Amino acid sequence: MAWARNVLRVNLTEGTCKNEPLNMDWAQKYLGQRGLATKYLVEETDPRVDPLSPDNKMIMTTGPLTGTCASTAGRYSVVTKGALTGAIACSNSGGFFGNEMKNAGYDMIIFEGRAPNPVYLLVENDNVQLIDASEFWGKSVWDTEEGIKAKHQDPLIRVASIGVAGEAGVKFACVVNDMHRAAGRSGVGTVMGSKNLKAVAIRGTLGVSVEDVGSFMQATAEGKQTLADNAVTGQGLPAYGTQVLMNVINEVGALPTRNHRDVQFEGAKNISAEAMAEPRADGKPNLVTNAACFGCTIACGRVSTVERSHYTVAERPEYQIASGGLEYEAAWALGAATGVDDLDALTFANFICNEQGIDPISFGATVGAAMELYEEGVIGDAETGGIECKFGSAKALTDLAELTGKGEGFGAEIGLGSKRLCEKYGKPELSMSVKGQEFPAYDSRGIQGMGLAYATANRGACHLRAYTVSSEILGVPEKTDPHVTEGKAGLVKAFQDATSAVDSSGLCVFTTFAWSLDDIAPQINAACEGDWTAEKLLEVGERVWNLERQYNCAAGFTGKDDNLPARLLKDAAKTGPAEGLTNGLDQMLPEYYEVRGWTDEGVPSNETVERLAL
Amino acid sequence: MQKSLHIDPDKCTGCLQCELACSHVNEGVFNPAKSRIKVFNFHDQGRMVPYTCTQCDEAWCMQACPVDAITLDAETGAKVVSDALCVGCKVCTIACPFGTVNYNASTGKVIKCDLCGGDPECAKACPTAAITYVDANWTGLDRMRQWAAKTDAGAQAEA
Amino acid sequence: MQHVIVGAGPAGVVAAETLRKGDRNADIVLIGDEPEPPYSRMAIPYVLEGMIEQSGTYLRKTEGHYEGLGIQYRQGRAESVAAADGTLTLSGGETVSYDRLLIATGATPLSPPVPGLDLPGVHNCWTLEDCRGIAKLLNEDANVVLIGAGFIGCIILEALAKRCGNLTVVEMEDRMVSRMMDATAGGMLQRWCGAKNIRVLTSTRVAGIEAASGAGGDKAVVLDNGETIDAHLVVLAVGVAPNIGFLEGSGIKTDHGVLVDQHLESSAKGVFAAGDVAQGLDFSTGEYSVHAIQPTATEHGRIAALNMLGQNAHYKGSLNMNVLATVGLVSSSFGSWEGVAGGDSGVAVDEDGYKYLRLEFEGDHLVGALGIGLTDHVGVIRGLIQNETALGDWKERLQENPHRVMEAYVAHSQT
Repeated sequence: MAWARNVLRVNLTEGTCKNEPLNMDWAQKYLGQRGLATKYLVEETDPRVDPLSPDNKMIMTTGPLTGTCASTAGRYSVVTKGALTGAIACSNSGGFFGNEMKNAGYDMIIFEGRAPNPVYLLVENDNVQLIDASEFWGKSVWDTEEGIKAKHQDPLIRVASIGVAGEAGVKFACVVNDMHRAAGRSGVGTVMGSKNLKAVAIRGTLGVSVEDVGSFMQATAEGKQTLADNAVTGQGLPAYGTQVLMNVINEVGALPTRNHRDVQFEGAKNISAEAMAEPRADGKPNLVTNAACFGCTIACGRVSTVERSHYTVAERPEYQIASGGLEYEAAWALGAATGVDDLDALTFANFICNEQGIDPISFGATVGAAMELYEEGVIGDAETGGIECKFGSAKALTDLAELTGKGEGFGAEIGLGSKRLCEKYGKPELSMSVKGQEFPAYDSRGIQGMGLAYATANRGACHLRAYTVSSEILGVPEKTDPHVTEGKAGLVKAFQDATSAVDSSGLCVFTTFAWSLDDIAPQINAACEGDWTAEKLLEVGERVWNLERQYNCAAGFTGKDDNLPARLLKDAAKTGPAEGLTNGLDQMLPEYYEVRGWTDEGVPSNETVERLAL
Repeated sequence: MQKSLHIDPDKCTGCLQCELACSHVNEGVFNPAKSRIKVFNFHDQGRMVPYTCTQCDEAWCMQACPVDAITLDAETGAKVVSDALCVGCKVCTIACPFGTVNYNASTGKVIKCDLCGGDPECAKACPTAAITYVDANWTGLDRMRQWAAKTDAGAQAEA
Repeated sequence: MQHVIVGAGPAGVVAAETLRKGDRNADIVLIGDEPEPPYSRMAIPYVLEGMIEQSGTYLRKTEGHYEGLGIQYRQGRAESVAAADGTLTLSGGETVSYDRLLIATGATPLSPPVPGLDLPGVHNCWTLEDCRGIAKLLNEDANVVLIGAGFIGCIILEALAKRCGNLTVVEMEDRMVSRMMDATAGGMLQRWCGAKNIRVLTSTRVAGIEAASGAGGDKAVVLDNGETIDAHLVVLAVGVAPNIGFLEGSGIKTDHGVLVDQHLESSAKGVFAAGDVAQGLDFSTGEYSVHAIQPTATEHGRIAALNMLGQNAHYKGSLNMNVLATVGLVSSSFGSWEGVAGGDSGVAVDEDGYKYLRLEFEGDHLVGALGIGLTDHVGVIRGLIQNETALGDWKERLQENPHRVMEAYVAHSQT
């Protein structure tokens, strides 16, 4: 129950598709999705493998709640060794693809090897086939999704695919489903492209059931009520989306600006949620509506248009449509990180990111790094192909989005990610990244806990592994001081463990603005066999975190990689409430290792491994 | 006073909780593919539209059924399919000009909305009140009625 | 007012009920020529299949339904009509007078012009009596030959295939269901049957049926190509013709069927016709055609009855449409599925997946459609055609991907 108890194993080299039962012993220890797929990856692959070699595997995975009526229960993840980072990667996506996969009867799909020629996988319940994808290779995500639906004559097929970026080896390519929902980070789409796998198309009509339906309906109804009653999930997110944060984070002086040179962006209000709701020259606001992912009663998603006379779309009617965005992280990366405050340019660049399958966070942040290289005179028009790559240039941003989406021209260099780009030009210190992955939208000088969260995040810099912003800025579940380092080690660990559990369930982490594990446990307990308490979930979360850490250690990462760029450690914030502060990682990290039960080198101790039955 | 499902697409977020509730109550599993209510997503316009049977007076499905398997629930006004009597001939599926009767190949019967006997689960599950179950006079079914009148093969007696 | 209805199929029964709804005091006589309660021929295959009992075919399931409504249901066969006198003569000579008469006598199966049709074990599949005869010979060892793969043949095909040992289908046209399928759809259906081990011979005629004594059955079906197929059971489904013979000399105008106007009234005042026997207005062509389909029968019945009540109901014409499952493969057709002069089409074919959808447009209106493998929201095709919905830019989208037809409909009716 809840689990489909079924794994689809696709060997792309051989062209075979086989079913096998889900390992239910592991399911009891790792729950599902992020945790369980990581367990499979750890057991089945060598952590030292080249992420782009056929020996790496890519797992698409649902959680036990995916496909049920629990609020937000439509999530799936892509788990693999990340192309951008070489670390464990787990990128989570909403939309409707995860639900469809569960309804087709699969907890996960494991992709092995590399297809000799481009293929896509078509799954119609137990009818599974690999099909030649030559007609879609070279096409965008949008065209591929529409093309597959038309070809198989079923508008209800759900598609997850890569764009041209994933084919071209852009290191931060993502897997995009339902036109604008993405397993976005760490280059999971690059791995998919390396396997010559263009798309996964699913139609599932078998249904999902739960263990104790009466308790489940009650627990999920209570959960939904809690979300509705909460100010963030009941009002803030539906009304403003994640973009509600733009002005807030700017005001607290933690909005990384121009490649983290500054912590406040003078143009923030022009790219905020409020700006999206403001009527433009054509009398209409940028924002069309809010939209939900499968089963979500929050509905934080934004759907927007670009003003029709804007230079990006005026001559291109195909972009005069409504589509997904802007979400906060993308708005920040495309805007503040590059110093661009043209909302329509950001919205357009975001369309291109969705259309060609690139992570807007890494893309925007890398453009920010390139702009700094350009302004420093390290690179010039010869390198950029004539693009005047200055901070604040909307044209540079949108041109580079299109080039990077196709892996062409200077876009191919942007597609390396900021670490490789800055190293290439002899300025590694200008890459604002950890373990090769670019920071998201919170400056750790103004939010100290996030510095530790970034430094220790298993997939490289990431806000979704421990969102201490919630505590340090929003006061959820309790307010802590963003400017101090005391207590942050424990806070980060608590967030990391709880998030790992949520990411393993099929639920969206945004529920945790309103839900604690005490709210989630009854839903999982009613759905799944076994005894699922909040304590057990926390233990699962800690186990998953340590398993990921072990993978990274075996892949060659050490405590030295739990670090931040010098800019955040040495250059103080210039303005705002955090003026004069740097991040105090050195004060937090040793304590973190200690609360984790890791050695001084950051390796899980034997005791910890034993305690967690790893 | 009879009630009707009132649908306000402007409020719909496309979450599909209605489809989940419908399939749960009717099929015993969460399975949007078997839901009697469907949400259509017009991606390029950013518009989501829930859609189901309006229990129209003309009841083409009921009239077209060759074996009397669709009957009127006098209490709710719903046109209800009897699984025991339905032979799966699918004539109702082509007769309904609204496309709200579907053939379920796994059971060999047709499925359509029956208003859950007067307490529709979809309306209860909708988090944004895009679907409500209200006094029939308030539902503004005019658009549907116009459509019905145009489709009607001619039974409108001329005054 | 004395209302007489000859024929107790769907058109007759719906008419009788509509009359009662509109006039509590009228005398309503419903005359059927079979020794059964009014039933649906369409449901006979499901009896053969074993899904339902014979009573499952009855048009109304409530005990005492007709008595309860004060509808006099009686057995009888119409021999002639004297329109000028307002009388109907039944076989046996009894005359019945009427103020309003509804002719809803349906159709009779045609026979192929070949010898041997009188052999035992050669059956039409039209009445419950036929059904009982076929059922006796149907078992898992039986070799069965079905002659005719039209609409009716294909519906029976499914039931026969489920119950018999070995089924061969012989069709003289070059494809199956030629009147509701183009070559692509017909070919798909034939391949589908082949994959299910049903042999379908198209462009093949039966030369005759002979008695035989082989192990394969007591009959041999001889084909025009010289091949002989042994059979225990031969089922005929080569088409039907409206029952209008009894109107000869009545002065009521007939062509293929009884010619009726937009009130479903015949050339004789006070005499109406409905259902398979009526040749009425065709919505698509504007011409007068016989549409022997269930939805038309019930619409005809209802509208004819309203006019018999004096309500002046105007009929916009019937849309020819069919839906069919052939050993599980669902197909449907609507209106001018073969297209119209100067029109456009939108076509999607997936031969391997047995999926097909062909939409036909005139200007930006949908005028016809043909589908294989379509089960969800099919009815909107009817709605879009009969509403003559101006599709605007949706036409182009539908030409690109015809399967977005439900979206096109929702976009036009709900937003």
